[in-house]
Amino acid sequence: MKSVEFQAIYIMWLRQMKRFVRSKSRLVSSIVQPLFFLFILGSGFRVATFAGVDDYLSFLAPGIIAMAILFSSMFTGISVLWDKQFGFLQEVLVAPVSRFSIIIGRTLGGATVALIQGIIILLIALSLGVKVSGIFGLLLTFVFMTLIAFTAVGFGLVLASKMEDFQGFQLIMNLLIMPLLFLSSAFFPVTANPTMKTISYFNPLFYMVDGLRGSLIIGTATVNSPMLDLLVVLVICFIMMGLGSYFFSKCEV
Amino acid sequence: MDIIKTNNLTKNFDGLTAVDTISFSVKKGEIFGFLGPNGAGKTTTIKMLTTLLHPTKGSAEIAGFDITGSRDKVRRNIGVVFQEPALDIELTGGENLEYHARMYGLNRNKRKTRIDDVLNLVDLEDKKNVIVKNYSGGMKRRLEIARGLMHYPTVLFLDEPTLGLDAQTRRAIWNYIGKMNKEEGTTIFLTTHYMDEADFLCDRIGIIDHGKILVIDSVTNLKNSVGNDVITLSCSDMVKLVKRLEEESWISNIEQHETFVTLGVEKGEEKIPVIIEIAQSLNIRIKSISVRKPTLDDVFLHFTGRTMRDQET
Repeated sequence: MKSVEFQAIYIMWLRQMKRFVRSKSRLVSSIVQPLFFLFILGSGFRVATFAGVDDYLSFLAPGIIAMAILFSSMFTGISVLWDKQFGFLQEVLVAPVSRFSIIIGRTLGGATVALIQGIIILLIALSLGVKVSGIFGLLLTFVFMTLIAFTAVGFGLVLASKMEDFQGFQLIMNLLIMPLLFLSSAFFPVTANPTMKTISYFNPLFYMVDGLRGSLIIGTATVNSPMLDLLVVLVICFIMMGLGSYFFSKCEV
Repeated sequence: MDIIKTNNLTKNFDGLTAVDTISFSVKKGEIFGFLGPNGAGKTTTIKMLTTLLHPTKGSAEIAGFDITGSRDKVRRNIGVVFQEPALDIELTGGENLEYHARMYGLNRNKRKTRIDDVLNLVDLEDKKNVIVKNYSGGMKRRLEIARGLMHYPTVLFLDEPTLGLDAQTRRAIWNYIGKMNKEEGTTIFLTTHYMDEADFLCDRIGIIDHGKILVIDSVTNLKNSVGNDVITLSCSDMVKLVKRLEEESWISNIEQHETFVTLGVEKGEEKIPVIIEIAQSLNIRIKSISVRKPTLDDVFLHFTGRTMRDQET
């Protein structure tokens, strides 16, 4: 790849970072919303007992981290739609830069932003006494966080390339993403209910949350081994990024 | 040297032919305009020439590079100012230019000076660190022109450059475009539905309507082809005057409107005294009389049978 492509990737990454830092509302809500979930659900359900769960807060934390990264990354992917509506996409597409670089730049920028948010939530969870497995576990956690981010950006790109405005996005969020998130074991184990358990095998979010939990937390039984989850998430990530790239490269303004 | 060459360029959208086998060429260094009403196919043509849309049929070359085969090479040679603003309103003016510079591979030394140079060209130096959200419409358009020039393009495409702007800003933008053309030798291809804009700026104009090019020629030739000076007058008895004037051979056409009459004549300024004499001989009082050179509206009427204003209503 020529150096001009790297320059382009850098500036697109930088643009994502600048936009995130300058949008006070996005900054605040991206941290505050997951924290609400963490505190409120965490303290509310503390007294409930789920089979196989020692400490609910430790169980919940990975789910919240996954949720934060998921939403943030999807937002980055969907922000292509902002650019489409506000005309900036034309400027991006008319530049002598390959669509591939455009996708990489945007994905890296979005993933960086999402990871920052994920790490902040992780640190807060740690400070609340969540029991974390060692260094290897943390590294594996970062791997999962990165894969979740890339997958979600890819998904956002698919939506942005196929849609004309934000109405469809709201629909997908409410009718698809939210149910999948609740059925992913982010907030409660899905093993108790056999129907839910069956659904979870087809739910990509399940493998993400389960894997994140398996890497990060000690003392909580996960459904699959983290390695199995990792494999599945890797495959899903490739597929989603591939789809996102394909559809984005085909979109015209 | 032809810097833009198209060959039967065509674009269909689900059965609607937006651009219908157009072939034309633009010489290096000229200011060329597409004049036509909304929906004529101007924006679609620009999108194809700037590699944003694939043509359905036909081909085009810009600076010798094919728009489908060598897209990146074409993009390197062109600057584009779109009809809708294509700025990032969350960034400053300077940052928008910096973004552009990096996307086009300008090296660091060139970048800084070039940003200041183009901002100076459009009188926006003091707005460099202002977030674009806070720019007026005219400032945004000027910034986009500055941005289009950043990478020293051979051709600058402008799609309706003064749409929605006030008279003063329009004049200012015309001056910038003219300056660019003279000082940097940039070939300009613009689309517009404003007569005065095409008249003021363009060396040559192509009149486009319903996706087809009707005629391409210099502005002067086009106006001369319509031929006639137009005399407009109002008087105390139009019917009687018109009847009498119909006998004069040097009047090529007479049109009676509600409150005035228009006549097509050669050398209108010499015919006014003649008309006044004729009127006086019939005891008709001339209330007002004026002569004007044909405008592009008359040209459009001549070639399409309708004026652009009729077209739009």
